[in-house]
Amino acid sequence: MQIQFTDEDRKFQTDVRDFISKGLPKDVARKVLEHKSIEKKDIGRWHSALFKQGWVAPSWPVSLGGCHWTALQQHIFDEISSLLGAPRLSPFGINMIGPVLIEFGSDFQKDRFLPKILSGEEWWCQGYSEPGSGSDLASLRTQAELRGDIYIVNGQKTWTTQAQLADMMFCLVRTGREGKKQNGISMMLIDMHQPGVEVRPITTIDGGSEEINEVWLEDVKVPVENLVGEEGRGWTIAKFLLSHERTNTAGVGASKRELSRLKQIAAQERLGGRPLIEDPLFRDKISKVEIDLMALEWTVLRVAAVEAEGKAPGPEASILKLRGTEIQQELTRLQMEAVGPNALPYLPMSIEDNWIGPKVGPDYAAALASRYFNYRKVSIYGGTNEIQRNIISKRVLGL
Amino acid sequence: MDFSLSEEQKLLKDSVNRFLEENYSIDLRKSMIDDRQTMSGPVWEGLAKLGLLGIPFPEKYGGFGGGGIETMLVMEAIGEHLVIEPYLSTVIIAGGLVNIGGADWQKQIILPGIVDGSMLLSFAHMEADSRFSLSDVRTTAKPDGGNWVLEGQKSMVLHGPVAEKLIVSARTEGDADDEQGVTLFIVECDDENLGGHEYPLFDGTRALDVQFNGVKVGPESVIGQLGKGMTLIEEAVDFALAAVCAEAVGVMNRTHQMTLEYLKTREQFGVPIARFQALQHRAVDMFIKVEQARSMAILASGSLEFDDPLERRRSLIAAKEYIGRVGREIGQEAIQLHGGMGMTQEMAVGHYFKRLEAIDLMFGDSAHQRARFAKLSDTAAPTEYVQPRKKWKQI
Repeated sequence: MQIQFTDEDRKFQTDVRDFISKGLPKDVARKVLEHKSIEKKDIGRWHSALFKQGWVAPSWPVSLGGCHWTALQQHIFDEISSLLGAPRLSPFGINMIGPVLIEFGSDFQKDRFLPKILSGEEWWCQGYSEPGSGSDLASLRTQAELRGDIYIVNGQKTWTTQAQLADMMFCLVRTGREGKKQNGISMMLIDMHQPGVEVRPITTIDGGSEEINEVWLEDVKVPVENLVGEEGRGWTIAKFLLSHERTNTAGVGASKRELSRLKQIAAQERLGGRPLIEDPLFRDKISKVEIDLMALEWTVLRVAAVEAEGKAPGPEASILKLRGTEIQQELTRLQMEAVGPNALPYLPMSIEDNWIGPKVGPDYAAALASRYFNYRKVSIYGGTNEIQRNIISKRVLGL
Repeated sequence: MDFSLSEEQKLLKDSVNRFLEENYSIDLRKSMIDDRQTMSGPVWEGLAKLGLLGIPFPEKYGGFGGGGIETMLVMEAIGEHLVIEPYLSTVIIAGGLVNIGGADWQKQIILPGIVDGSMLLSFAHMEADSRFSLSDVRTTAKPDGGNWVLEGQKSMVLHGPVAEKLIVSARTEGDADDEQGVTLFIVECDDENLGGHEYPLFDGTRALDVQFNGVKVGPESVIGQLGKGMTLIEEAVDFALAAVCAEAVGVMNRTHQMTLEYLKTREQFGVPIARFQALQHRAVDMFIKVEQARSMAILASGSLEFDDPLERRRSLIAAKEYIGRVGREIGQEAIQLHGGMGMTQEMAVGHYFKRLEAIDLMFGDSAHQRARFAKLSDTAAPTEYVQPRKKWKQI
């Protein structure tokens, strides 16, 4: 057992830090660190910097333009880049469909799609949930019918994050109605820029952000070469995707960044004439979440070390999404609590970086309520935390 | 990083678990408690034969020369089997104090005795009003010719009733709560000027309150430097923190396993109650806590070898805080999920719960550790990217 970073790990940390300090645009970092709204072009600039460095795809094989980093190296990169204010790249191409195509895709699909994911030229979104199929995803009804060498797709997807920015969507559709409902599901790649695809934004409770959408599909044409794997294998592929890169779902780096932000805010707020951070009651809450985050971090490191040995992660891996999201939510709540009534004013425009209009309260308070409300999503997306508990109960505890 | 065990560590883990599986049972423990015993001769002898009483000590004193991880493996097994033997008191704390602070000749006398199971020691440090403060020492040791005379009282000396010697902290200088001026002495328990009484703790461990009525000891009984005892005490408590964290993980893991077993076998409404989602999710939350506690116990034991003393202290405090907190939650849930049966002395689960609660109260509970953690953490946050407050002209 060796629980300290090796010299090689430390060298890697230094290299990552050096590159990010130079390669990450300062104005983008500042926006992330100060909770300003992030635009597609901000993420694009960071993506380009990473692309030039060859660091866009941490887990992909080197032959396909990836870094082939170990899980521990990926964790180190995630932590340092998050702490330094790097925006999160769109995960749908690099972390989701990319690994799926590498595992299940045809040569055509790999040649056609992977290079543009790497370069950032094409953005992706995920067509999974439907109005009637949330946690019971396998009940999905969007239908694909083969006519010659083209599928005709009809149906409706929902909660589609970044559909408004995406060029392509990987989509679960029903190609068969026989047997178990899971067996009739296929995965296909749909061009978002074609007639019959309509994206309608959904406004979320935080009000200002443009994140999720309904995607309506009416007689949408999908060439048969865009079917991933075989017909009826979509469910297996989707499960592969869910189990991929589990260490990243914990979000330890971003939570460390937000913990540090919480302390900074609490150092500036005053309670009874003293900095709030010196108040024993508030300090106790910070300590509790900080220690919770340490417990998660060391669990992530255990999982990463096991993955680095090329073994399948043990049961401890299944808890990362659950605890990661609970901690993210607690941090947004504490940041809001720290500013007290200054969390109340609701001026979504004031978190735009170039906003020169009226503001209320300190700058650092402006985004906190919106972020708090927005972050209620994290325990819902990617399989609700209740579904996660069902999975652990069945697969790990045998209940 | 590598969290896997070496072949030698795996063997150690297997041998201690096999021994306890075969020689230690909840019934033995219960009968010992009923008989007001806090150790069993044959079990202690068996632990000695396996070399487990010498895990942390150098080979030249008959020890195993193990590190934090070896101790962790033994303590985790002790937790799994809810062993009530004086391992923590004698091997980890008292043995630890001698090992880090004692002169070579003292080690030569004491450590081989601990290793072969013939010598039991306890650490007499806590006092009636000290709560969790380590430096609040009011027992005094005054020079008398070349000797020292001890006056005062010590509370809750763990496993004190079976100890042959006590390691006693006493003030040779300064006032209560001074970091300086505390000295460690070895005192024989049969000293005629030593009075006291023993009693059980709620988890069954037996403890001792002792009164020093002018107990006279020679200069050879001093461990370490005069007045510098706090450094040794803090280091030994660091060992103890890591050890009880590992023990707690064993206790938690077994508590969780027993609960799963109960859920799968207990039937109500015609089905095993494990079928009910409300209970499944609670069992999952227990599992999550056990796994994270395990991560923290590994951190605690591994941190004993960290170069940076601040990082080491911070890791130990965080681990003990987390383990105290979730240990309680796991114990409470285990009782609730066992229903009425969980309330009975007959079932093992209640005994495991009580041990978790006892561990939280040792060496600082989770609230105390959070306060310490806050003091150690970076309160002076960097402000480079927080804009200063300004007065706005328009509202």
